[in-house]
Amino acid sequence: MKQLLILSGKGGTGKTTVASTFIALCQSDTFADCDVDAPNLHLVMPDLPSPNKTDYYGFEKAVIDQECCTHCGLCQTHCSFGAIQNFMVSEFECEGCGVCAEICPAHAITMQPHISGDLLLYQDEECIFSTATLNMGSGASGKLVTAVKCQLNDRAKGDIAIIDGSPGIGCPVIASISGVDFVLIVAEPTVSGLHDMKRIIETAQHFGVDCAVCVNKYDVNPTTVTEIEDCCDNLSVPVVGKIPYDPMVIEAVNRCQSIAHYPNSPAGCAISTIWHTLFNRYLK
Amino acid sequence: MRIAVLSGKGGTGKTLVSVNLACAAEKATYIDCDVEAPNGHLFLKPQNLKTQPVSVIVPQVDSSKCTACRRCVDFCRYNALALLKEKLLIFYEVCHSCQGCILLCPEKALCKMPRPIGVIESGMSGGVTALTGRLNTGEVSGVPIIKELMALMPDQGLTVIDCPPGSACSVMESIRKADFCLLVAEPTLFGAHNLKMVYELVTLFKKPFGVVLNKCLPGENPSAQFCSEKGLNILAKIPYDPELGQINADGLVATRESKAFFNLFGNLLRRIQGEVPF
Repeated sequence: MKQLLILSGKGGTGKTTVASTFIALCQSDTFADCDVDAPNLHLVMPDLPSPNKTDYYGFEKAVIDQECCTHCGLCQTHCSFGAIQNFMVSEFECEGCGVCAEICPAHAITMQPHISGDLLLYQDEECIFSTATLNMGSGASGKLVTAVKCQLNDRAKGDIAIIDGSPGIGCPVIASISGVDFVLIVAEPTVSGLHDMKRIIETAQHFGVDCAVCVNKYDVNPTTVTEIEDCCDNLSVPVVGKIPYDPMVIEAVNRCQSIAHYPNSPAGCAISTIWHTLFNRYLK
Repeated sequence: MRIAVLSGKGGTGKTLVSVNLACAAEKATYIDCDVEAPNGHLFLKPQNLKTQPVSVIVPQVDSSKCTACRRCVDFCRYNALALLKEKLLIFYEVCHSCQGCILLCPEKALCKMPRPIGVIESGMSGGVTALTGRLNTGEVSGVPIIKELMALMPDQGLTVIDCPPGSACSVMESIRKADFCLLVAEPTLFGAHNLKMVYELVTLFKKPFGVVLNKCLPGENPSAQFCSEKGLNILAKIPYDPELGQINADGLVATRESKAFFNLFGNLLRRIQGEVPF
């Protein structure tokens, strides 16, 4: 099975729009949403079965037994994350390294399992959709992305898995990239979009994964499209298509549908062309 | 006053709002905490740039002292260390810089080594001091850069903090010292869903906050609907405006291009300042 990951370097460029349309077009039965900070793909997948939810345990967190604590302060001195103050652990700052528990002379600190999110699996005869939600303010998003992908890989069927990636270039993105066959980058024709695209191409190339670019809302700013094309040329990344600005996209989203349901819409047509190009060139 | 601008998701207009709030104040500090994809500098084009590296502490092994006792390997919860044929390997990408291995090594074979993960750039754009954090590509976490940015924040005057998207660790770090949180939302179902997330985050941190609805079009606005259901304070509605879109796409600052936009963001700033006594 081949895995196609959609990335953008930044949110709001249309990753989910493109991913949801691809899923409909190729009638993929295996897909995932790796944007565990703000997953949106399920919102445009109206006929999903109800999900199977499992607690996701991230890193453990330190807990101080106040009765044993002798207030020596060693834990606070050695915590590199500033997570211990006044002999209390802030769960938001604790990264679960275990240094405090290890050095506490009174053995007052233990490391305890901590639920940092929900792992979700939507599964029926038609599809397998793996995603997750990270609890407010929890870390370990990269680890959770890896769990989302494991959950998908364990049950994968069919030829192609479509993965909606997370924004940025940091740990969730790096976890998303690992093991995929191809990355499609969605870029917007603005100065910000060009800047973000360069950084995500660098990241993909750093990890040795092949990628291509498509430009969303290209007609909003044709001059920057040329800059994007030149930049991709220099970086030896193919541009596989351009999607026009299309108000139908917002309408479709607000009706909980992908733009594939509007095959005559300008954006729907463009994404369909991009899909066929990608499939024939890189995913066959 | 320190205003953090956040949105739950990228592309909603955080940078647009942050940059223009700073410029509407004329004298202010703008801090770009979206270290994975910083964009504010593209608009502010700060001059006289100074760059300082940001490093994290990682272990470095002195092989002549290492006895391959495994103490560090067994301790590391991130699997950043491994022993291969009695040789200690360190995987810097997964190291969280807790320094536990250095602390616990019985032979003192590990020492602290600074490893650069990115930079902070500072410069001036008119009366606005612009600070940008930038994570090197291939690096996992920008949180150490955000912590350094927060340490550089002035005590006096207006500071606008342009937050990273989402609601995870880097966003928490960015809003920790904020006096007010401004939530920017788009008029779509996605927008409302993301707004709900940051709303939960600012409530959890007990921060005073208000909402700006961006790219408003006539017709249905699920984000506005969410605000009215929860009784959230909408401080401004920015209409979908091709002129604003073009200014933004060209990398210009709207408040510096047009009187109307100067007034729009100036009014928003005054409304925010009216929300929190200073």
